[in-house]
Amino acid sequence: MFSTNHKDIGTLYFILAIAGGIVGGILSIAMRMELQEPGLQYFSNPHTFNVFVTGHGLIMVFFMAMPALIGGFGNWFVPLMIGAPDMAFPRMNNISFWLTPAALLLLVISMFVEGPPGSNGVGGGWTVYPPLSTSGQPGPAMDFAILSLHLAGAASILGAINFIVTIFNMRAPGMTLHRMPLFVWSILVTAFLLVLSLPVLAGAITMLLTDRNFGTTFFAPEGGGDPILFQHLFWFFGHPEVYVIILPGFGLISQIISTFSRKPVFGYLGMAYAMVAIGFVGFIVWAHHMYTTGISLGAQQYFVAATMVIAVPTGVKIFSWIATMWGGSLRFTTPMVWAIGFVFLFTVGGVTGVVLANAGADRVLHDTYYVVAHFHYVLSLGAVFAIFAGWYYWFPKISGYVIPEWIGKLHFAIAFVGANTLFFPQHFLGLAGMPRRYVDYPDAFAGWNYVSSIGSYIFAAGMLVFFFGVAYAFVRKEKAGNNPWGEGANTLEWTLSSPPPFHQFNTLPRITGSDHH
Amino acid sequence: MFGTGKMMNRAIFRLLAAGAALSGLSGVAAALETGRPQPWQMGLQAPATPVAENIAWFHNSLLLPIITVISLFVLMLLVIIVTRFNERKNPTPSKTTHHTMLEVAWTVVPVLILVIIAIPSFRLLKEQIVIPKSDITIKVTGKQWYWTFEYAKDSGGVGFDSIMLSDEDIAKAVKNGAKKDDLPRLLAVDNEAYVPVNKVVRVQVTAADVIHAFAIQSFGVKIDAVPGRLNETWFKATKEGVYYGQCQELCGKDHAFMPVVIRVVSQEKYDAWLKTQKQARLTDAPQFAQTEAAPAAVIR
Repeated sequence: MFSTNHKDIGTLYFILAIAGGIVGGILSIAMRMELQEPGLQYFSNPHTFNVFVTGHGLIMVFFMAMPALIGGFGNWFVPLMIGAPDMAFPRMNNISFWLTPAALLLLVISMFVEGPPGSNGVGGGWTVYPPLSTSGQPGPAMDFAILSLHLAGAASILGAINFIVTIFNMRAPGMTLHRMPLFVWSILVTAFLLVLSLPVLAGAITMLLTDRNFGTTFFAPEGGGDPILFQHLFWFFGHPEVYVIILPGFGLISQIISTFSRKPVFGYLGMAYAMVAIGFVGFIVWAHHMYTTGISLGAQQYFVAATMVIAVPTGVKIFSWIATMWGGSLRFTTPMVWAIGFVFLFTVGGVTGVVLANAGADRVLHDTYYVVAHFHYVLSLGAVFAIFAGWYYWFPKISGYVIPEWIGKLHFAIAFVGANTLFFPQHFLGLAGMPRRYVDYPDAFAGWNYVSSIGSYIFAAGMLVFFFGVAYAFVRKEKAGNNPWGEGANTLEWTLSSPPPFHQFNTLPRITGSDHH
Repeated sequence: MFGTGKMMNRAIFRLLAAGAALSGLSGVAAALETGRPQPWQMGLQAPATPVAENIAWFHNSLLLPIITVISLFVLMLLVIIVTRFNERKNPTPSKTTHHTMLEVAWTVVPVLILVIIAIPSFRLLKEQIVIPKSDITIKVTGKQWYWTFEYAKDSGGVGFDSIMLSDEDIAKAVKNGAKKDDLPRLLAVDNEAYVPVNKVVRVQVTAADVIHAFAIQSFGVKIDAVPGRLNETWFKATKEGVYYGQCQELCGKDHAFMPVVIRVVSQEKYDAWLKTQKQARLTDAPQFAQTEAAPAAVIR
């Protein structure tokens, strides 16, 4: 509980991420049940549906994806992969974890206190745009949510500082930056994004807080403020935030594809600096979320151009993964099938991003289900597939036990079918004009919504297989050995026992060749 | 939940009267095909303005083929990899980790594709944002949870609230002889906004409480209604008919229940409608007597 060991903290993060995933997943199943048919079935108060939308978004981003990718995999494997005994600031690591469940608790409390008059919870979406989040919902629910975001943000900033210091100062002798495994590179870039973007969110939601409680009017036009200012500040954080979620996924996929192709990553430097480029450009494209707010022609032209630039380094990554596999000797283990699934589905999500980047086309697609489909393809079928790939890859190292291959592959098959059934029809709904965050829709949208809901139940069934697999591994206790994946797995964590000793690398490893990435 | 009693009945009556006046014309029949989503629809709604036609061309003829080809290309490569480079067929992996030409190619080719996309994209964007000389100006105000339309003084000077018909309203109207297809659930409203066909309509959009978004899918129009700002957009509908849109920015409890309906009619019908609106205003809607859209106060 109060451990300062990076592996224990990583495990705590995983437990939190699983808890967050269960809560966020239940919220989304409830939404799909409501949307399965036209009319109001379960949510007699539409505000409650908005609360579910908001809760699903915030929980999946802040309490599932980030804890799993950065807190879980990052804490566990960054020190192991760079040959460090622990993180640079173990005590700070502990507090940055414990702030996160406190934040989750505040968010859950917010669902049970008054938001708008007469209803409970925050129904403003994860973007919490004012005035809906100020004068629109005067009750304390929004204040709880703001404090929750503050805590989660502070936790992430502390964690990010810890990663940056660890990676810069605690690499084993010979582990130069250009020999670091790509997963470590991805966490390094992610940590910089967090440190630079989260303070902006903190500023924005602090202004929201004072607008709500202390009579300021940063975002209130009646006092000379402007609601659009919040959107600029929010998306200056919000866009890097989506890369915070996907970049560690990129790193994971690189490790896995390299391992099971029995080949080093193709174009290592290009891969590393593509992530740096994505991170950098990610900071200068924020207003592509705001094409319909009335920003000027010149501003829209700039953001169209800048946003499309992101497609280039992203393309480099996709093609480099393909080139890594090309000529390889592929072994289709569970992590590998998840990784290959990721490459294809992320491509699908990426190309719809190019469509949306064009303000002219976004005019009819903005705030429709097309956007929902796009970001779930990159985050739910992208980041989440990466999380599962990483989970099946490193579970033997973390626990010391093996999850039987058939369970992981069954989970993959169900999840692949389910997620595509769930999200692909949402492209059609968006093109036809169905707006996001709707509790009910015109009858013409019924068909694809029904299909989509069925998909969500299939995906949920896959999650049961996942939980069964984890439980089964702990019951069966089949030992994993130091390296269950064979000669392709040549990063440092596989040189240790499974699970690794409490203090690893009492004598620091010495890295010479360039084969450690 | 959505407006009550007497006012509602009067509104429905007016709507029915307008509908009856139109029913002799082909406009209503055409409206069934355009202006609203269809069951199992997979693409964009049929365009009804030049801008929407260009959006449809841009998406259907350029973007969609490009992204489909790219996705299938990646899929094809993956299939080749899975069949050829598995450990049974290829037991010894190659050691290639660099290929400069290849790396340059997969950087430059995407750039070229993006340039090909960008040229029509910028043209389309400019067409959407730069508003031509307009014939009619309408100010639309988003409110929780309905829209208020105010026609500028030189555009008739009428104004009204446009509130969604509840299921009971629709049932009542159908009982009184309206066609169910003319009153789609969650889309039909009590007061439709009329505009003449082939005229440039400037729409000024703002909000009274929280942010809403004014959108008509088949016009290619979407603009946020932001309190304290006056946003502008435009459309020139080239086909008569009824066009439906919905609020596209989360605005609270009844976000899903504040549609926009624009009825595009001939100039004569439009003039007749304006007349009945003015008469109606004299009798039951004095609150709009002072309204006036203000083109000078546009905030960018």
